[in-house]
Amino acid sequence: MSTSAPQPSAAATGPTPPADATEAVVVRGVERVFTGAKGATVTALTGIELTVHDGEFVSLIGPSGCGKSTLLRLIADLDEPTAGDIRVFGRTARQARIDQAYGIAFQQAGLLPWRSVAANIELPLQLHGVGASARRARVAELVELVGLSDFAKHYPDQLSGGMQQRVAIARSLAESPRLLLMDEPFGALDEMTRERMQTELLRIRAETGAAVVFVTHSIPEAVYLSDRVVVMSPRPGRITDEIDVRLGEAAERGEDLREDTAFFEGVTAVREALHGPQASSAGAARGVDVR
Amino acid sequence: MTGLPDAAIATQLAPPAERRRRGPGDRPLRRFIGLVVPPIVLFIVLVLLVELVVVAAGIPPFVLASPSAIWGQLVQYAPQVLQATLVTGLNALIGLVIGAVIGVLLAIVASFIRAIDGMLVPIVAAVAVVPIVALAPVLYTMFGSTSEVARIIIASIAAFVPVFLNTLRGLRQVRPVHRDLMRSYAATPRQETRAVTIPSALPHFFTGLRIASSLAVISALVAEYFGGPRQGLGSAITTAAASSAYARAWAFVIGAILLGLVFFALTTVIERIASRHR
Repeated sequence: MSTSAPQPSAAATGPTPPADATEAVVVRGVERVFTGAKGATVTALTGIELTVHDGEFVSLIGPSGCGKSTLLRLIADLDEPTAGDIRVFGRTARQARIDQAYGIAFQQAGLLPWRSVAANIELPLQLHGVGASARRARVAELVELVGLSDFAKHYPDQLSGGMQQRVAIARSLAESPRLLLMDEPFGALDEMTRERMQTELLRIRAETGAAVVFVTHSIPEAVYLSDRVVVMSPRPGRITDEIDVRLGEAAERGEDLREDTAFFEGVTAVREALHGPQASSAGAARGVDVR
Repeated sequence: MTGLPDAAIATQLAPPAERRRRGPGDRPLRRFIGLVVPPIVLFIVLVLLVELVVVAAGIPPFVLASPSAIWGQLVQYAPQVLQATLVTGLNALIGLVIGAVIGVLLAIVASFIRAIDGMLVPIVAAVAVVPIVALAPVLYTMFGSTSEVARIIIASIAAFVPVFLNTLRGLRQVRPVHRDLMRSYAATPRQETRAVTIPSALPHFFTGLRIASSLAVISALVAEYFGGPRQGLGSAITTAAASSAYARAWAFVIGAILLGLVFFALTTVIERIASRHR
């Protein structure tokens, strides 16, 4: 398939503004400070520098409260940074949102319960004035893509959690975005469903060639899916490390990859980055899922 | 390229498909029957019990009329009972519609403008605790004793309160994830209202409407006890009771019960349909 070749991540450090338009996401010196009720402030993010190349799969990993979801919300322009600059395909985050440059999926599927599966998937198309017949054709493609062709007329309350999340992913893909933002989309699923969804996500991503920013707190999930794992740490939320994983072309990754030596090396590298070298032998650390 | 997951999906998806396969068409009907039959059965049992007690103990009619005597009167006066039920029912229906429309409009205004919300809610709370039917004599003198307007106003005030409060709550029930989603789609406020806010509020509105429907019937009927034109159920009950026709008074009470049941059952069915997929 037409998966774009992985670009060397060394290019991430070269801040040449004209080249930004070819990058999916460029985050420069971003800070987000929340002001509490009694004037108390919480620094959710500070000094964030991040580049996501076109077609690249980047995971954000870290313990609870490290600001990984906040960073994703900033890129999606669901929230605004208190300092710094965010570019999505060379545009401001706000313009990118208005231009529908990205698709988004949340931890909760967030389907509209009064709409059928098909009507949920076509929601963004409907809002943006796509004609009925074009919508129907696109929905048929998407339910096929996520393996729910027989369920197009069902309602969300008739679906399992994994199926609902598939619908949410299909909806995020409706307008063929070049960038997918995913905030722990498999966080609420059981382990078996989760692994199958991961494999499916890799297949979908290989077919669409979209860049993905994927928030997770599961180390194996990050390693299995990503080209690059960005490790974050809390209080204040910041990026502490970036690890190139690149286990192979997305389309070629299968279930047996999970038992591959390279996979375990990746897991170890990310774990050490999260907790320091001594922690890898000590085992699980607080706040991070090491399943 | 879709080789691996498809087989897995197929095996996983088959059982729920089997389980969910039932006729979607007959569900509202079955709900309706399930809703209406049990109270009717209970009613019949109670009637038989009362008949037994009245006949066995020889209770005089002014204490308790026997169900058979009431039934006789109901058959004899059927056109009058129907006529009275229609009059009261129409008052209740018009009152319900007016109260619901005003309730929804004010709820929309209150949900958009915080200041109005702050002013309205305490007033509505005050209205809710005032015994509305107590206004009846005052309204009769305002609108004249031959007009139904006073009764309609009373029914609409009674219906307004639950519709307003429930709709307002419903309009605030939009889940944060849906708001985020609408923002990510760069949806206009109008699109957001149509796609998310109204559908989220609808079940709450219908709950309010169900509560309001019973209140509207009760208010329209009880308002007749305090004067006005002598043609509704309330008027007929007081007239019959005043002329010692106890069994006939009960016949009209049965009309009132049926009227209340119809309003309640219809609004309940609408509510169930509206909140099917929640």
